Amino acid sequence: MVESILPLELAGACVRRRGKALVGPVDLTISGRELTMVIGPNGSGKTSLLRMLHGLERTRDGTLSWAVSKELARRRQAFVFQTPILMRRTVVENIAYPLIVRGVGRKHAREKAVQWAARVDLDAYLDRPASALSGGERQKMTMVRALITDPEVLFLDEPCASLDGTSTREIEELLIQTRRQGTTIVMSTHDLGQARRLADRIVLLLRGKVHEACSAEGFFRQPATAEGESFLQGGIVE
Amino acid sequence: MKLNIPAFVAALAVLLSAAHAETVRLAVTTSFHNSGLSDTLLPAIQQELGIEVQLLVVGTGQALRLGRNGDVDALLVHSRDAEEQFVAEGFGVRRCELMYNDFVLIGPKDDPAGVAAAASAAAALSAIATFEKRFVSRGDDSGTHTRELHIWSLADLDPDEFGSWYSEVGAGMGASLNTASALNAYILSDRASWLAFGNKGALALLYSGDAELHNQYAFLQVSQARHSHVKAELASRVERWLSGPRGGELINGFRLQGESLFRHNASCNG
Amino acid sequence: MNDFLQGLIEAFRLLVTLDQDLVEITLRSLQVSLTAVLIATAIGAPLGSWLAVTRFRGRRQAIACINALMGLPPVVVGLFVYLLFSRSGPFGVLGLLFTPTAMIIAQVFIATPLVVSISHQGLRELWAQYHDLLISLNTSKRQRMTTLIWDGRRALLTAALAGFGRAIGEVGAIMIVGGNIDQATRVLTTAIALETSKGNFSLALGLGIILILLAIAVNLAIHNLLRTERASLW
Repeated sequence: MVESILPLELAGACVRRRGKALVGPVDLTISGRELTMVIGPNGSGKTSLLRMLHGLERTRDGTLSWAVSKELARRRQAFVFQTPILMRRTVVENIAYPLIVRGVGRKHAREKAVQWAARVDLDAYLDRPASALSGGERQKMTMVRALITDPEVLFLDEPCASLDGTSTREIEELLIQTRRQGTTIVMSTHDLGQARRLADRIVLLLRGKVHEACSAEGFFRQPATAEGESFLQGGIVE
Repeated sequence: MKLNIPAFVAALAVLLSAAHAETVRLAVTTSFHNSGLSDTLLPAIQQELGIEVQLLVVGTGQALRLGRNGDVDALLVHSRDAEEQFVAEGFGVRRCELMYNDFVLIGPKDDPAGVAAAASAAAALSAIATFEKRFVSRGDDSGTHTRELHIWSLADLDPDEFGSWYSEVGAGMGASLNTASALNAYILSDRASWLAFGNKGALALLYSGDAELHNQYAFLQVSQARHSHVKAELASRVERWLSGPRGGELINGFRLQGESLFRHNASCNG
Repeated sequence: MNDFLQGLIEAFRLLVTLDQDLVEITLRSLQVSLTAVLIATAIGAPLGSWLAVTRFRGRRQAIACINALMGLPPVVVGLFVYLLFSRSGPFGVLGLLFTPTAMIIAQVFIATPLVVSISHQGLRELWAQYHDLLISLNTSKRQRMTTLIWDGRRALLTAALAGFGRAIGEVGAIMIVGGNIDQATRVLTTAIALETSKGNFSLALGLGIILILLAIAVNLAIHNLLRTERASLW
């Protein structure tokens, strides 16, 4: 068994742009094999927080630490962006790319990519350019592109933000399977229904700060704060 | 885009090893080349001596520079003072006079300055200056330009003091003739370039015949003492052939539009 | 107007009779400029890619320099290369002056800044798209560069074709370093310059028309090659 990269611990960590704090200071621990859902109004810093956790944003002021070195931890994470980043390649080449950069042989990488494509019903489009896919198909492709390296931690930034119901359901099913297989998932959403359906844990972010962090069950039964309750009931929270 | 590097390297190797057969590089002035005489002489040299002469057609100034740097094996130019200096500085083996033709004064057919009736070349230029008729000067330190300046000085005139009617174009013979044709201006040209020029427009040959318009061409072999790689032996053979009877026969016999252009007067000194 | 007509007629005559000299100088033009562009692209693609993925002090200044070099007059490049390869210059012993190789070297100097600049512009856009993904996937700088080069090959092709356009139409540099020697280093542009200086405008114009046709043919050929590469649009 490979050594776990978790827990991930944030202590007083901030993301700053031109001196202004977008996120933080945040104290947060991600451990267990569960799905942590980051919720909060637009502009609350969900994206910046996820990007900081994955190392795409520099951590200022405080600390961010994994159980292992950052380099080692980096190899066992993956990130799915809100707007799918399509490489100017075919679908199968897109999916195989993370394996190729890890030095997996082309033939083997393609075989694995074909298997993963089949899991999300993309097998009919293998050799088409990724740009020919629909919005839902694109996001499914980037999902399996993230999963192909078998990450221990998977980050997703509002993966269903602009998708229709069918695509959202397919993505959620894939997420449930992934979590069942032991992958730790940290994702954000602006869809409270999705949070209810998927989350084990809720992190409510307001103005860049963690307002509440608790079990999903507890949060949806009774938020600990007035803002949490207001957000849950669809009120405007700033 | 695929870069086929091995094929490219191979191609480069072929280029680099391109056979340096029996070739001599000869820098010549535009006035010599434009006459078309080289088209007669080069094939004959190739055939009779087995030497390929590669011509670099440049101005006299650039030709002398190429010779100084050792980039050519010999020169064929027409600027006596510069040639003698070239030899005196040790860049040339010797100055071998080969042939001559003459400079001619070209201008608008209606000849507003009346140069056609002038008593001498200096008088003709004086007339142009007096009437301030447009004049195009090579302005490139070429043999033709040097001669033009010499004649102005004979007329006691200094081009630096001329008005806007005097245009220094800083270009070769052909380009300068094109400019003169477009401006309908006077210009000093060598006879060969003028005859061979294809864009005469409203210009005509107005004055010629003064001894000051004598245009002597000389062959200068670049000194092997200065540049060891120079093909002295081949250049000597070309020099001997050009100054000898075969060269003389072809040079004297060369005609352009029915006119005999060059007179062979070979005499080598040094 | 008559000159234009004469030029067209001359171009037509040269093409129909497949004039031996014309074929020779046309092939030499192609050989020199295509080789130069190949080398310029071999330098320009990695350099453009490197500039796109690397942040360093003085990067803006470096890019400004390259953009400025695009405006370098070919005559200056020619003089520079002449001084390098003159028998009295540092590389004189190679004996490359007045050979097609020297012309290729001069054109590499002329085309490379253009190829680097256009490659960089194209790959910078691609890098903006790929940045987060390639960082997330923990790629090495080398992998980032090769990925950009491969996925941005169309942009690189555009850059190469622009470089080719500049090289094939250039006369100032190759006149100086090539010498316009008949049967050895004469190419279309130097032949045009020569005929113009002789006042043979119609022949010069005819050669100019052939030069343009050649450039169009090369562009079309390469675009067709790409279209068949993969029947798709990105």
